[in-house]
Amino acid sequence: MDNVLLLQILTAAIKTGTPLLLVALGEMVCEKSGVLNLGQEGMMLMGAVCGFIAAFSTGSLLLGVLAAMAAGMLMSLLFGVISMHLRANQVATGLALTIFGTGLSAFIGSSYVGQTVKGFQGIQIPVLADIPFIGKLLFSHDLLIYVSWVLVLVVGWFCVKTRGGLILRAVGENPHNANAIGLPVLTVRYLAILFGGAMAGLAGSYMSLAYTPMWMENMTGGRGWIALALVVFASWKTKNLVLGAYLFGIASIMHLVLQGLGMKISPSLLAMLPYLATLIVMIFIGSNRMKEKLSAPMSLGQTFDSRV
Amino acid sequence: MWQFQPRTFIPWYLQIVSPLIAVFFTVLLGMGLFSFLGKDPFHAMQVFFISPLSDGYNIGELLVKTAPMLLCAIGLALCYQANLWNIGAEGQLLLGAVVGSAVSLHFAESSFSVWLALIAGVLAGMVWSGIAIALRQWFNSNIILTTIMLNYIALYTLQWAVHGPLKDPDGMGFPESAMFADTQLLPILIENTRVHLGVLFALLAAVLCWVLLRFSWLGFQIRVLGHDESSAHYAGFSIRRLRWGIMLLSGALAGLAGACEVSGPIGQLIPSVSPGYGYAAIIVAWLGRLHPIGMLLSGSFLGLIYMGGDMAQIELGVPTAITGLFQGALLFLLLASDFLLKYRLVKVKSKENQNG
Amino acid sequence: MKTRIFRLLAVAALTAGCAVSAASAAEEPMKVGFIYVGPVGDHGWSYEHDRARKELEKALPGQIKTTFVENVAEGADAERVITQLAKGGNKIIFTTSFGFMNPTLKVAKKFPNVIFEHATGYKRTKNVSTYIQRAYEGRYVAGVAAGLLTKSNTIGYIASFPIPEVYRDIDATFMGAKSVNPNVKIKIVWVNSWYDPGKETDAANALIDQGVDVMMQHTDSPAPMLVAEKRGIRAVGQASDVSHFAPKAHVFSIVDNWEPHYLKTVQAVKDGSWKPQDYWGGFAEDVVKLGSINDNLPQNVKDAINTTYTKIKTGEFKPFTGPLKDNTGKEVVAAGHSMTDAELAQINWFVEGIDATVAK
Repeated sequence: MDNVLLLQILTAAIKTGTPLLLVALGEMVCEKSGVLNLGQEGMMLMGAVCGFIAAFSTGSLLLGVLAAMAAGMLMSLLFGVISMHLRANQVATGLALTIFGTGLSAFIGSSYVGQTVKGFQGIQIPVLADIPFIGKLLFSHDLLIYVSWVLVLVVGWFCVKTRGGLILRAVGENPHNANAIGLPVLTVRYLAILFGGAMAGLAGSYMSLAYTPMWMENMTGGRGWIALALVVFASWKTKNLVLGAYLFGIASIMHLVLQGLGMKISPSLLAMLPYLATLIVMIFIGSNRMKEKLSAPMSLGQTFDSRV
Repeated sequence: MWQFQPRTFIPWYLQIVSPLIAVFFTVLLGMGLFSFLGKDPFHAMQVFFISPLSDGYNIGELLVKTAPMLLCAIGLALCYQANLWNIGAEGQLLLGAVVGSAVSLHFAESSFSVWLALIAGVLAGMVWSGIAIALRQWFNSNIILTTIMLNYIALYTLQWAVHGPLKDPDGMGFPESAMFADTQLLPILIENTRVHLGVLFALLAAVLCWVLLRFSWLGFQIRVLGHDESSAHYAGFSIRRLRWGIMLLSGALAGLAGACEVSGPIGQLIPSVSPGYGYAAIIVAWLGRLHPIGMLLSGSFLGLIYMGGDMAQIELGVPTAITGLFQGALLFLLLASDFLLKYRLVKVKSKENQNG
Repeated sequence: MKTRIFRLLAVAALTAGCAVSAASAAEEPMKVGFIYVGPVGDHGWSYEHDRARKELEKALPGQIKTTFVENVAEGADAERVITQLAKGGNKIIFTTSFGFMNPTLKVAKKFPNVIFEHATGYKRTKNVSTYIQRAYEGRYVAGVAAGLLTKSNTIGYIASFPIPEVYRDIDATFMGAKSVNPNVKIKIVWVNSWYDPGKETDAANALIDQGVDVMMQHTDSPAPMLVAEKRGIRAVGQASDVSHFAPKAHVFSIVDNWEPHYLKTVQAVKDGSWKPQDYWGGFAEDVVKLGSINDNLPQNVKDAINTTYTKIKTGEFKPFTGPLKDNTGKEVVAAGHSMTDAELAQINWFVEGIDATVAK
C-alpha cells in the first residue's frame, strides 16, 4: 500500500474516530463511578442540534460548542435525577434518555434541516505540520480533534494520578463502603454523569460543526452505542480507548475505501463492518472473563440507596 | 419532617396509576407544545388521539400498527423480567422478514408458502436472539451491546437481500422483492381493512403469555426469577435454561412479527420494513408494566400516537418528529412516576425525639 | 291549500339548495395532495417537489388547496397516509418516491375517482400515471463540464442505489465527459442512501483521496458540496440549486423543476382531459434546468455547457443515441437508434470505459 493511501486512511480514521473517542471518554468516567448511562445517542444528538442551532444563530462556533456541552449536561442531569434521586433502574432510564433525546432533537432541529454553517477548518500547527507524513497526519486537524487529545491526557492523568481519581474508583467499586467512610457518593456520581453528558454534547457538536457542518435527524447513526462497546473494549483504561476509537473509525469507512479501490463487494455487506467488528471484539474480550471481572467497576449499573 | 421511604409492599392499583400519570403528563406536555407552536391544543389532541379511532378503516389500521409492536413487546417483557436486557427485537424482526420472504419466494408455487414463511421467520428470529444469549452465556458479553450490534447487522442484511439475491428480476432493478401472490399473503380478517392474521397472532400471544405466567409452572419460575434471582437459585430452578428459553421465545415472537409484516400489510420485501417497531416495543413493554394485558393497552396507545403523528401532519402541519418526542417523554415520565410506586412519603419524628 | 304552499316551499328550498351547493361546488377549491419520502428542508429532491407545490398554489390562487405530508416511510405506513389523503377529499395525489409505487397502486384501486401521479415508477393503471425528469440530460452537460475541468482526468460519482435511474445518469455523465476528454476515468462510490450527510461526506472524502477533482452526486444533501468547497475541488449540485453552499467549488446545479408538469396535470384533471401516461420531462419542457452556472468557470467550459444544453434542448442531440456498447463489449444500442423512454427506464449496464460492475 502506498504512503499516500495509508496517510489518507489514517487521517480519515482519526477524523471518524474522534466523536467515538469523546463520547467514550465521558462514559468511561461515568462508569468508573458505577453508573451505566445508555443515553449516549440521545445526549449526542441533543448536543449536535443545540450546537448547530447556536452556531447558526450567532455565527460563533465556540458558542455552538459550549451550547452543545450544556445541552449534553442538561440531558445527563435529567438522567441523574431520575436514576439517582428517583432511584429508577439505570438501564431503563438510559434507554428512555436515548429515545427522548432522539425525538426531541429531531423536533427542535426540524426547521434547521438543510442549513449549513462554516464548520471547523483544519489548523496547521506551524513547523510541526511540515514534517512529512506525521505532519499531515497529526498536526493539520481541526480544533476539536486537538481538544480531544488534550482531554485524553487530562482524563488519563486524573483517573490514575490524582486523589479525585481514586475517590471516583472507590465509589464505583463499592459505594456502600465509600459511603461508610464518608465519601459523598451521590455527589461524585452526579459529577461523573455531568462530565459524561458534557463529553457526549461535545462529540455531538463535532458531528454537526466539524464532520458534516449540517444538522440531520439521527445523524449520529449508532456512534453512541459503539462508544459504549468501546469502553468495554478498552477495559476502562484511557490509553486503550484511543486505540479502539481510531480502529473503529477505520472500520466505519473501510467500505468506502474498498469501493474506491475497485473491490466489488456489496456495499451493504461492507457497511456491516464496524458493527461486526464490535461484536467480534466483545467475544475476544469476554473470553478472558477474569480480566474483565477485574476491570469493570463492581457496582456498575446498580442503584445506590444509602438507607438500604 | 417528611421523608421518602422504600415501600415494602406495592398495592396492585398503584401499578396502574403510574402509567396513567405518565400518560396524563405526556398529554399535558403535548398540549403545551402545540400551544407553543400556535395550534389549538384541544384540536391537536383530538387529531392525535381521537381521529385515529374515527372509523372502521382507521381502527383496522390501529390494529395493524399495534400488532408487530405487541408481538415484540410480549417477548421483551419476559426478557426484562428475567433481567435480560434484550434490545434486539428490531433486528430479530428484520431478520424474520428477510428469511420469511426468502422462503416465501422460494416456495412461491406451493399453496403453503405463507405458512412456511411464518415458520421460517420464527426460526430466523430465534437464531438471532440465540446468538445474543449464546454470547452472553459463553463469553460474558453484555447483552445490550450485542443485541444492538445485531440490530445493525440485520438491517444491512436486509439491504443486501433487497439489492441482491431477493431482488425482483422483473422489477427494473429496483431494490424490492417480487410482490407476493395470494398464496403468499396472510388472510385478511376484516373486510375493507388491512387487518391480517398477524393481528390475531398478537392478541393470542398476549392471552397465552398471561395464562402462561399466571397459571403454569414455567410461568411461576419466570416470575420468581424476575423478582429475586437468588430465590430462584435456591429453589433449584435452572436459571440457565430459563434464560435460553426466554431469549429464544422473544426472538421467535419478533421474527414472527417481521414475517407477518412482509406477508401482510406490505406484501413484499422492501428496504423499509420497520419504522422502528422493535424499539417502540421496548416502550410498550415498560408502559404496560411487563404485563400482557397491560401491554395490549400500551401497545394500542403507542399505535395511536404513531397514527396521530401522521394525521397531525396532514391536518395541523406539525413535523413528524413530534411522534418520537412523545414516545421518549412518555417513557421518561413513566420512570419518574414509578418513583411513587417504590417509595412513599412518610412523616418521621426528628432525631432528638427518637433518641430521647 | 296548505299542502300546495308547503310543496312549493319545498321545491323552492330544494332548488335554492341545489343552486347554493352547485355554486359552492363550482367555487370549492380542488384538493391536491403530496407525499414526500424525505424532509422538505433537504435542499434536494423533496425540497423541489414542495417548491413546485407552492408555485402551483400561486399559479392557481383560490382554485386549489394543497396538503403535503413529509418524511413518509416507504412501506406499510405509506399506504395508510395515501389512503388518508384520498379519504380527505384530495382529487389528485402526487406520490414522490419510487418506494411509494405499490402502496399507490393499492390505494388507487380502492379510490377509482382519485387521480394518482407516481414519480419515478413504472406501473400505470387507469387512474395512475407515472412521471420522471430527464435528469440524464443535465448529467450529460455535467459530464461535459467535468471532462473539461478535470486536471487529474478522474471524475467522481457519489451513487445512491444500483437502480436504472442511477446507471442511466452515471452513463450520461461519463459519455458527456468522454466526448470532450477521451482520457477521462470515473470513480463511483455507493452510499446506499438518498440522504445521509455523514455517509455522503465520507464518500466525498474517499473519492477526493482517490484523486477525484470534479465530483457528481446522486444523493440529496449539500454535504458533498461542503466537502468539495473545503478541499478545493469542483462539484456539480443535484436536484436543487445548492450554489450558496459552495461558492467556489460549485460548477452548476441540475435543478428539478416540477411546476410545469404539476400545473398541466391539475388543469387536465379540472377540464377532464387527464389520461394516464408515462411522462418524461427534460430541458425542452423546462422540467430540468441548469442553475447558477458559476461565473468563475473558464470561458470555454461555460461555452461548452451552454452549447450542449441548447443542442439537447432543441432535440438536435440525444445523449443515448447509438452505436453504444456496454463495458463488457456487448452492443446495447444499435447505430442510428435513439433509446426510447421505455428502454431508458430499464438501463442496467455501464457504458464502455467505466471500470465497475453492475449489481447482479
